[in-house]
Formats: sequence, structure tokens, C-alpha cells
Amino acid sequence: MDTYLLYGLALAGLSVSFLKDKGKTRIALQKAWKAFEGILPQFLVVLTLVAATLAVLDTAFISRVLGASSGFLGILGASLVGAVTLIPGFIAFPAAASLMREGAGATQIAAFVSSLMMVGIVTLPMEIKFFGRRVSFLRNGLAWLFSLGAAFFVGWVVSL
Amino acid sequence: MKAILKRYAGVLIAAAAFAAFLVLFPHWRGKALDSIGYQARTMLLVIPPIFILLGLLDVWVPRERMIRFMGTGSGLKGATLAFLLGSFAAGPLYGAFPFAAMLMKKGASFRNILIFIGAWSTTKIPMLLFEISALGARFALSRLAIDIAGIAIIAWAIQAASPKQEIERLYAEAEKID
Repeated sequence: MDTYLLYGLALAGLSVSFLKDKGKTRIALQKAWKAFEGILPQFLVVLTLVAATLAVLDTAFISRVLGASSGFLGILGASLVGAVTLIPGFIAFPAAASLMREGAGATQIAAFVSSLMMVGIVTLPMEIKFFGRRVSFLRNGLAWLFSLGAAFFVGWVVSL
Repeated sequence: MKAILKRYAGVLIAAAAFAAFLVLFPHWRGKALDSIGYQARTMLLVIPPIFILLGLLDVWVPRERMIRFMGTGSGLKGATLAFLLGSFAAGPLYGAFPFAAMLMKKGASFRNILIFIGAWSTTKIPMLLFEISALGARFALSRLAIDIAGIAIIAWAIQAASPKQEIERLYAEAEKID
């Protein structure tokens, strides 16, 4: 659904731009291509990292981590799994919901969902390309710590 | 040729490592191949519109306007705009990085860039409705509330911990996007 929205926006933008100025639109497309080509090497590296990670940490494995373990270790495990995986929300949310129905704790699920969204270990090569090592490591480290805090907060609110 | 080889050296290493992975772990081979195909399709589907929007932004939005709306003097209004822009954006987080670099090139402040990245990563409006229906309103809304605080805290902390010359270097890099 996200993707349709993106395409709609891009198409609308392109149409308006084309009606206003053909030359500028051509330059915009050339810039788009150049920017894409610029990030392509990092992009391909990330692709292999994601594929290998998701082969090992498949849905069954994630369910085991989130379902079985409880307590702080479970929360830690859930947030680490979330940090290294790259799963779109429309797949992650229903999976998390079924885990919760099977008895996984809201705190663990929140740790997983939060770090899944905010922390991106496998996409680091792309992040570093634009933000440098220092800022990228800082952002991911802080986001990971924060995802733990967020998990406790969400777990607490759900338990009220 | 040599320049291309140098740029793609990382890709060659990653490809070799991936091939080794497939050979060494036949147990995971099928899944890894399925996964790389699926991920490549998703990325190729999501990436073109993001880069087209980025190109249009570069051509049509004058630097002065971006500075006025999202630059260092833009205050709470700039932060709110960065937050909304990230929240209404669609697509995975890696789509945010090139877009953020373009905003940097156009003169958005570093704080607003960090807020934009934070919002893009976690407070997606289209996703929120989905999260509410899957995990419940209490779960989704409390996560949204704490995440908004988190985005601000993380943006502040990164900025406080980053030396000025490093941020200047990143801006100089972004300037090179053409």
C-alpha cells in the first residue's frame, strides 16, 4: 500500500513538473538516476546481507525467540533480533499479533517491533555512505537502547 | 574501469561471501536464494519513486526556501515539518537516507534531518492504523507516544555527541550530490 502511495506521488510530481518545464524534468530524472547509481554498490552489499540474515533468522526462529523466552533476557533477545532483521511492517505486525495470542509478552513484542523499525544493522553500509560511521553507529546504538526503554513503557501501558 | 572496480570492490567481496554462505550452509541455501530474490524485487519496486521525488526536489525547491522552512533558524516549525515529512513518507528506512542527504544539500538543519530520519523509521501514519488493528490501540498508541519522545531525545543526543567538523564534513559530502 505504501508503494502505491509513493508511485502516486512520484507520478503526480513528474506530471506537474513536465507540464511546467520539460527541460527541468529531464534534469530531475538524470539526477534521480545519478543518485541511484551512486548508492548502488552499498545497495547490493545490503541485499546480500539481508538475504543471508533472513535465511538464518527466519520466521520460525524469530517466533522461538519471542515466544519462548521471558524476562529481561527475552526482551534483550527480541530487541537484538529486531535490530538485525529487515521485515516490512505489514508482515511483522500480523506475525507479532499471532505470537501475542499464543502468549508472548507485550514487552518482548514491543522490543522487537521498536528495534525492527529504528535499528538497521544490515542497512548500515547505506547509512554510513550518507551519514558517516560516527553518526550512523551513534544513531543505531541510541535507537537500540531506546527500543528497550520503549518496550518497558509499552509493556507497562498494555498491562494497566 | 579501475575506478568502477574500486567502487564495486565491496560488492564483489559481499557476493563472494554470499556464494560461500550458499556453499557452506546448504540447509539455508533455498531460503537465502528466495530471500535475495524477494528483497531485490521489493527494493527495485520501492526505490524508483523515492529517487524520482528526490530529483524533483533538487530541481524545483530553491535552497532559500528549504533554509527558511527547515534550516537552523526554523525552530519548532521546522522540527514539526521534518517530523510530518518523515511520518507521511512511505517505504523502508533505507529510502530515507538518500532523501535526507538531499534535504541536507538544500540546507535543512542537522537537527531536523535527525528528526526526519527518526520519524521515517518509526512513526509511519499508514503503518499506525495497521499496527492498531494487529496489536491493539493501547500497544500502538503508547508506542507512538514514547517514540515521539524518543525521536527528539535521540536527535538531541546525536547532535550533542557529534563534533562540529564531522557534521560539516557530512554537509560537504551532501553538497556533492548532483
